[in-house]
Amino acid sequence: MPVSLQQGSFIIAGLLFILALAGLSKHETSKRGNILGSIGMGAALVVTVLATVFGTEDHGVEIGHAAPSWAIIAIVAAMAVGAVLGIAKALRVEMTGMPELIALFHSFVGLAAVLVGWVAFLEDSESANPGLHAGELFVGVFIGAVTFTGSIIAYLKLSAKMASKPLMLPKHNWINLGAVAAFLAMTVVFVLNHDNRPVGYLLLIIMTALALLLGLHLVASIGGGDMPVVVSMLNSYSGWAAAAAGFTLNNDLLIITGALVGSSGAYLSYIMCQAMNRNFISVIAGGFGSDGAVVGEQKDYGTHREITAAETADLLKNSSSVIITPGYGMAVAQAQGAVADLTAKLRALGVKVRFGIHPVAGRLPGHMNVLLAEAKVPYDIVLEMDEINDDFENTDVVLVIGANDTVNPAAQEDPSSPIAGMPVLEVWHANQVIVFKRSMATGYAGVQNPLFFKENTAMLFGDAKERVEDIIKAL
Amino acid sequence: MQIGIPLESLPEETRVAATPKSVAQLIKLGYVVAVERGAGAKASYPDDEYTAAGAQIVGRATVWASDIVAKINPPTDAEIAAMSDGATLISLIAAPRSPELLEKLAARKLTVLAMDSVPRISRAQALDVISSMANIGGYRAVIEAAHEFGSFFTGQVTAAGKVPPAKVFVSGAGVAGLAAVGTARALGAIVRATDIRAEVAEQVESMGAEFVAVDSADQQESSDGYAKEASEAYAEAAARMYAAQAKEVDIIITTALIPGKPAPRLITEEMVATMKPGSVIVDMAAGSGGNVAGSVADQVVTTANGVKIIGYTDLPGRLPTQASQLFATNIVNLMKLVTPTKDGVVTLDLNDVVERGMAVVTAGEVTWPPPAVAVSAAPVKAEAAALPAKPEKKPRDPRVTYGAMALTGVLLLLLFWASPSSLLSHFLVLALAVVIGYYVIGNVSHSLHTPLMSETNAISGIIVVGSLVGLTYAESGGGGTNWPIAVLSVLGILLASINVFGGFTVTQRMLKMFKKG
Repeated sequence: MPVSLQQGSFIIAGLLFILALAGLSKHETSKRGNILGSIGMGAALVVTVLATVFGTEDHGVEIGHAAPSWAIIAIVAAMAVGAVLGIAKALRVEMTGMPELIALFHSFVGLAAVLVGWVAFLEDSESANPGLHAGELFVGVFIGAVTFTGSIIAYLKLSAKMASKPLMLPKHNWINLGAVAAFLAMTVVFVLNHDNRPVGYLLLIIMTALALLLGLHLVASIGGGDMPVVVSMLNSYSGWAAAAAGFTLNNDLLIITGALVGSSGAYLSYIMCQAMNRNFISVIAGGFGSDGAVVGEQKDYGTHREITAAETADLLKNSSSVIITPGYGMAVAQAQGAVADLTAKLRALGVKVRFGIHPVAGRLPGHMNVLLAEAKVPYDIVLEMDEINDDFENTDVVLVIGANDTVNPAAQEDPSSPIAGMPVLEVWHANQVIVFKRSMATGYAGVQNPLFFKENTAMLFGDAKERVEDIIKAL
Repeated sequence: MQIGIPLESLPEETRVAATPKSVAQLIKLGYVVAVERGAGAKASYPDDEYTAAGAQIVGRATVWASDIVAKINPPTDAEIAAMSDGATLISLIAAPRSPELLEKLAARKLTVLAMDSVPRISRAQALDVISSMANIGGYRAVIEAAHEFGSFFTGQVTAAGKVPPAKVFVSGAGVAGLAAVGTARALGAIVRATDIRAEVAEQVESMGAEFVAVDSADQQESSDGYAKEASEAYAEAAARMYAAQAKEVDIIITTALIPGKPAPRLITEEMVATMKPGSVIVDMAAGSGGNVAGSVADQVVTTANGVKIIGYTDLPGRLPTQASQLFATNIVNLMKLVTPTKDGVVTLDLNDVVERGMAVVTAGEVTWPPPAVAVSAAPVKAEAAALPAKPEKKPRDPRVTYGAMALTGVLLLLLFWASPSSLLSHFLVLALAVVIGYYVIGNVSHSLHTPLMSETNAISGIIVVGSLVGLTYAESGGGGTNWPIAVLSVLGILLASINVFGGFTVTQRMLKMFKKG
């Protein structure tokens, strides 16, 4: 088949991918965007499969030769297995499990990039510029391998199959830096010895192992609460891995897609870091909230007040404006369904209910929005922190469900606090704040929350889901 | 403890410091409330409603003998004498202007909480009567102007011809000014407003009025939420602006007050003379010297050219029911603050800036003025106050930025120079895609970040193309198959397919959940 047809389909696929991401700017256009993206993917795949099976030519000159005759069977079988696994997982996954799923998907891209790099090395054909080719594939394998193990660790941590506590090896930053330096040195040697196969094999194996360990260590040393940043960062890496594969294979579609995904992940990481008022380097360096041991110093914050579910129901019934600020705890308690019921009930009673979402609430950018959407909370009452922060003053009751650091007034009032300067939801301006919490333990940052001791705050202890259900019963 | 609500002794005062509703709230805080007979009559709150809310209706002497007396106006000498030793008085005091009143109150060993000395911080807004009264005053100023004005406020096209809308100019965009802007807008007028603090332009515009800035470099930012006196250059520029507005508009409402100083003169006689006959000016500062030349406190003056200047000083009192209700609510909020245990006993905490600011006399000692509290309406400064630990970021020298860009450019150029040309076209594609990606992702709605990640998961499955290409390398010439390549490629295809199919499916599933309410 003509190579221009294949190139053309790549251009169309690239454009459709851009439209897919652009569609996500609004809820109304998001579904169409996703469909356009899948059409682009379909076009690129069909044409590439045909090109693989029949080979490509340019006016009778062969460009890419055909794959072995059994290839079509292998391709269809592999894709079918992949499709079944992927779709089955996608349909079954709980929305609370989205962070794990996304981390797992990143790892597949990373591993695929490693495989592509290795295949390019094994192929060992004549190349116009063998040194450059060697360099490209070496970089591609490195990024892919780091993405692969990093994502696997992120997946294990997010699905609680591994403790989310940061692993603190001595001099962990130097380990990372050393690994990167060793990689750079190996790249130079690899490129200079591109015609020496044994040396090439040896270096590629050592480097792959090193990159796998680096990815492992990099993510293992980052704690659970920084996961939104880590997941976005791995998203970015998976993109760069695809882009590097594109360089290796001289394939512009891979470069375009990789760059889109790479910049997307980088941008999300940047937003997350801003929302935590921390810089990217310090998140990646890891160990937040553990270096100062427990920061819960012996300061007297006063006493907290408790409230019962029935009293809360009374308060809610008699208020005109309520804001709910959910956090990761709501996902853990699987309380989103109950919260949605409560919302519907209050709205039926004529109470104005809105949600205030902190950018880093949950373990994934936008995690809370997806959970609330799943529970059928209309998206137009789910607002961002900046949209709602000024409205707390005119609010009767704020329900803080499973959030802690994101509603901590110490971020603004106590310059010595570890979270000082982090933008937070200013819930304490409301007339009454009710905090759903298991106990008086500190949040992820290990910082005590003076909100709990404010005179307009009351604590409702227990499992968030059960308590919300109690309130619904009492309404 | 007993709270006494006396009948106001000033004959023209219509307001009362408690309403039946606020009485119920005070009782909830543990207090006994005694209301003087007829105290709420002028504000349309009859005695039996107070009784129904749980108050006792008593005579004058009993009210003044209460542990706490809450009223509107500063007490007269007779009233001070009627109070019991060590009692608490809550009322307007005008502390900066009445040092001798403070001495008299201190001599009786009283504790006095001045409702007009509330520090302007967010937390204290619930008890700030200056704000709540200014709000009513601003509303009433427009109503009074409409009453004196001979035409409609709103523009209309009628069978009897077209009526142009009135033009209203509001000077000073504080609480009163903004209330006036809102009311005049609601009546359909074209509204303009100005203020010496440029930072309030946004608030003015949010109320639907046009902000008229003074054409001068000397702008103010206040550190305590109040305006200050202006410099000379600024005053000249302002005068030019006022003169221009006076020629154009039908109604002028002035609200400019500077705490502890006579009101600034904004509208001169010449300006008034250039106004159209039938125009109306409301001088809300007439009681403290007046913003307008020729205004007389508590009177309507008509100038030679037919301009009416209203100088009422009791604008809030002209809405006695509403004003009493807001004043009473402010008092309830104060009582909530000083009764943390809700046991009906006042516990004054002088470490609290709000209570410290209001306590102008404490147990017989004059404790005015309080230490300064700096809070600003200027957003930038508020942030700086909240984050004292963070050093101010210096704006970067533009030369540094350009230098860094030039250096990057040169380095990239060197890199490209050393690269083979086949690589360059790929670099171009990469660079353009990164830029597009940055802008496209920047537009993605915050709430769709999770679908965004799964979408990028799906499209990064495009790496399947890499494995497909890899599969063509498995043909090792002469019909043989390179098995390692074949196995690795097929494995790659499988993994990437999981992403492609799983990613799009899960994205679609999530997007379907988002529903508008």
